Amino acid sequence: MVRMTSAIGKDNSAFVLNGAHLLALADGSLYWPDRNTLVVADLHLEKGSAFASRGQMLPPYDSRATLAALTTTLTRLRPDRVICLGDSFHDAQASDRLPPQDRAVLGKLVADADWIWIAGNHDPAPPADLGGRVHAHWVDGPLVFRHEAEHGSIAGEISGHFHPKASVQTRARRLSARCFIEDGKRLILPAYGSYTGGLSVWHPAISGLFPKGFSVHLASGRSVVRVPGARLLRAA
Amino acid sequence: MTADMTEIDAALPKKFIDWFQQKGWQPHRHQLDMVAADGRGAHTLLIAPTGGGKTLAGFLPSLIDLVSNPTEGLHTLYISPLKALAVDIQRNLMTPVEEMGLDIRIETRTGDTPANRRQRQKENPPQILLTTPESLGLLISQPESFILFKSLRRVILDEVHAIAGSKRGDQLALCLARLSIIAPDLRRVGLSATVAWPDDLRRYISPNADAEEVVTVTGMGAKRADVRLLETAVRLPWAGHYGLHAIPEIYQEIKKTETAIIFVNTRAQAELVFQELWRANEDALPIALHHGSLARDQRCKVEAAMADGSLRAVVATSSLDLGIDWAAVDLVVQVGPPKGVSRMIQRIGRAGHRLDVPSRALLVPCNRFEVLECRCVIEGVAEGTLDGDPHRDGGLDVLCQHIMSLACAAPFRADDVFAEIRQAAPYRSLTRAAFDAALRFVEDGGYALKSYDRWKRLFLTAAGTYEVANPRLAHRHRMNIGTIVEAVTLKVRLRGGGVLGEIEEYFATGLEPGDTFVFAGRMLRFEGIKQTAVEVSVARGKDPKVPAYMGGRLPFTTLLSDRVRATLADPSSWAELPDQVREWLNLQQWRSLLPGRDGLLVETFPRAGKEYLVAYSFAGRNAHQTLGMLLTKRMERLGLAPLGFVASDYVIAVWGLHAAKDMAVLFDEDMLGDDLEAWMEESSLMKRTFRNVAVIAGLIERRQPGQEKTGRQVTFNSDLIYDVLRRHEPDHVLLQATRADAKGGMIDVGRLAEFLARVKSGGIRHRRLDRVSPLAVPILLEIGKEAVYGDAEDQLFDELAEELIEEAMRIDPQGGLPL
Repeated sequence: MVRMTSAIGKDNSAFVLNGAHLLALADGSLYWPDRNTLVVADLHLEKGSAFASRGQMLPPYDSRATLAALTTTLTRLRPDRVICLGDSFHDAQASDRLPPQDRAVLGKLVADADWIWIAGNHDPAPPADLGGRVHAHWVDGPLVFRHEAEHGSIAGEISGHFHPKASVQTRARRLSARCFIEDGKRLILPAYGSYTGGLSVWHPAISGLFPKGFSVHLASGRSVVRVPGARLLRAA
Repeated sequence: MTADMTEIDAALPKKFIDWFQQKGWQPHRHQLDMVAADGRGAHTLLIAPTGGGKTLAGFLPSLIDLVSNPTEGLHTLYISPLKALAVDIQRNLMTPVEEMGLDIRIETRTGDTPANRRQRQKENPPQILLTTPESLGLLISQPESFILFKSLRRVILDEVHAIAGSKRGDQLALCLARLSIIAPDLRRVGLSATVAWPDDLRRYISPNADAEEVVTVTGMGAKRADVRLLETAVRLPWAGHYGLHAIPEIYQEIKKTETAIIFVNTRAQAELVFQELWRANEDALPIALHHGSLARDQRCKVEAAMADGSLRAVVATSSLDLGIDWAAVDLVVQVGPPKGVSRMIQRIGRAGHRLDVPSRALLVPCNRFEVLECRCVIEGVAEGTLDGDPHRDGGLDVLCQHIMSLACAAPFRADDVFAEIRQAAPYRSLTRAAFDAALRFVEDGGYALKSYDRWKRLFLTAAGTYEVANPRLAHRHRMNIGTIVEAVTLKVRLRGGGVLGEIEEYFATGLEPGDTFVFAGRMLRFEGIKQTAVEVSVARGKDPKVPAYMGGRLPFTTLLSDRVRATLADPSSWAELPDQVREWLNLQQWRSLLPGRDGLLVETFPRAGKEYLVAYSFAGRNAHQTLGMLLTKRMERLGLAPLGFVASDYVIAVWGLHAAKDMAVLFDEDMLGDDLEAWMEESSLMKRTFRNVAVIAGLIERRQPGQEKTGRQVTFNSDLIYDVLRRHEPDHVLLQATRADAKGGMIDVGRLAEFLARVKSGGIRHRRLDRVSPLAVPILLEIGKEAVYGDAEDQLFDELAEELIEEAMRIDPQGGLPL
């Protein structure tokens, strides 16, 4: 049985983190209107070619798709600042492998904003020749931006690294999607890159960071839905 | 049928004649015919029902040749589709060879063969090797294959009807083409049940894709079968597919017979029927359960118990369609229609191996429509009309895998390999362009954006041959050979006990701790997932919370659809139907119309404030699911505000706010254009199809056993690759392969197209009614019971959002606003 409904999905989900009002967007990016700042995590540019170099010929369009999505959002919001939360490049040679066309697109995006590369484990030293600034972490008012969440309770921490995903049961089937996970104090962003898989929010590496429970914001690409942790499938 | 002595003397060496005499047997006519055909150097197709010495007939020419001209090295290769190589081999090959005292070494080779034995087989091969298509695929990919198969004289393809026409069949055909290159005098023997398209099989067996080259030998005709409907005391249910209403009668039949096989259509049904039979089992008869998800040792136990005659009945799915014959089985019960005449004949063949007694089979319809279908099956069996589709073209994904296998075996020239592959029947019409696309995919992914030049998997030498770029690639490829892409499964482990079997991961992840379900004949409570196992405990109570997990339900065949429509259209053929069903059809005739043989009957009527549309389309459940998606989209565009649909094999019902009037527009063939494209892009079925294609072609590696996701090592997901590829390179060879697969299977666009063409030529009759018609009642009763598969993700997201908002905004009527 299929039940038709009018399209009520929406492209953002608002919440408060350590006093800051934030919007989780459907494409997996985070917008902070008060600072006109956009945050993305784990772009993993040139992941496809990294696999190709080991003989697994994934389509070479992942960077292009990732940058196209990012361009759409940046064009719409025109943020003053963009923060990439690390693992922006899949490995140290990824920037050299970027096809010229994609490299030009990225260069233009970086030039148009105050662009901050947070260093990640895949890219401890993001390429200097693309512009932007490199930081180990970045603090702005009530929020601190870093690649990987630190243990213990840290108010206002925003990170990436884990590629959280979650599943809910719907009447037709199980629905899985990448997601934001937060408890009002700490937030982990979904991976933004087009080939980045996910890790269940119930994996101890993620759920262990939210001992008092959490909410997720499932991001389908077209819409984003806030779901309480209790509503999620445990075994995804 | 037997032959006279002079003919036998001429055909068989003395050792063989003595053996037959010792046994008090006479060689069968078809066994001698096989020997004679082989003597003329022919390739052969033996068509014979199960039993009757078919296996021995296939091996006789080899055995005779090995006795007359003893040779070292591999002489005969036997290929069976069964993973556990048929136990029949013991009885039909090993025992005769031993008793005749023939000096012939026979060995098996499957995925379970230990490494040291494999090594020994390479160095000192047996004369006869028994194997599977997958193991052959692996052998073909090794450089030693050129030595191993040089001496090969015969290849025997057992149950070839069960494998040709599938992707496994495509792979086998390609491997056979290679064998014929290595050993040009190789003779091919196919063993098959009766099929609808014997020429397709002959072409498949031929080394040049030429049916004329293969001699058909026919065994004894199918034994007379006594097939009847099982009459039940309770009224026939209007809807439902489990057949539990008939349990008392089935139990009585078991009591009356020596040994019965109770065939059902899904694993869920097997579990439920088995459970209910146990409840009815006052006499504590030994009754067992057998299906593909049960642990292997448990299945083996049941098979052994059947073999030694200690069981009175076994409830089974298609897991028992092929394999060993049990002489003791004297009754086959089919619960729910078998969905095809050929499958029924195959299943009847499992009973009554004594030639003097007809095989006995009972059909148990689970609802009224199924009565019609079951009657049609009985007629089909009586007339011997077989269903089955002609073979489709070979898959491009399988071709990609095979090209890599060939490169792993030895450097090759593209022209040579193209010519070799076109000798395989499934690829006889392969174009050079399609071949080149597959080759380019193997080489570097074959993308228009040429950024992978540095990492080519195949290296083109100055001499114009392709070579695998490094041994590591060959090693990894060999671990991924095969065309069976199984859903990822998890073991089911009983707390403080052993493993009960395996269930699909997607089913397990839909369970919540505390949920109960029936599996392996027991009610189980889901406790959680630990590593790669589902932990369960034994649960009490009668009704499981989660009915049972879905198994693949096959749509009924086109042939049956034709027969059911013909029966409905012709009241004079209703004499043999049960009274309840005849009354039902008479009432339909009076209140509405009968669906015709051609064209389409559509009924519309109001009910409880909604408008219903019921189409008697008879295109099978898979095509109906696709039709439902497309119809509702179209109705939405027409402003009819559709709210949902439900489909069976026979009928589709759509409901909404407004009545549809222009049926010609709704059911126009142009539905298969842009609408279909748009839906397929979003469809989860299409994504699953792509995943299988990508695994077979080698784009995505299989998850090896024991390999797991960890927090550090996050992998990618095939849906994302599908999305990116579709957007950037819609004509890529893997997307072509995916679309070709969508013509059949779960999406079944092929059958939907046939249906729309039938509508166009036969016209639409639209009946506006003031209420539901008798024939529409069953489908309306399915509403809410049938889960829909393959829905667009966006829509589910919308619904989820709406549901969560409702939940959040709900005002407790007792407590008022929570202030």
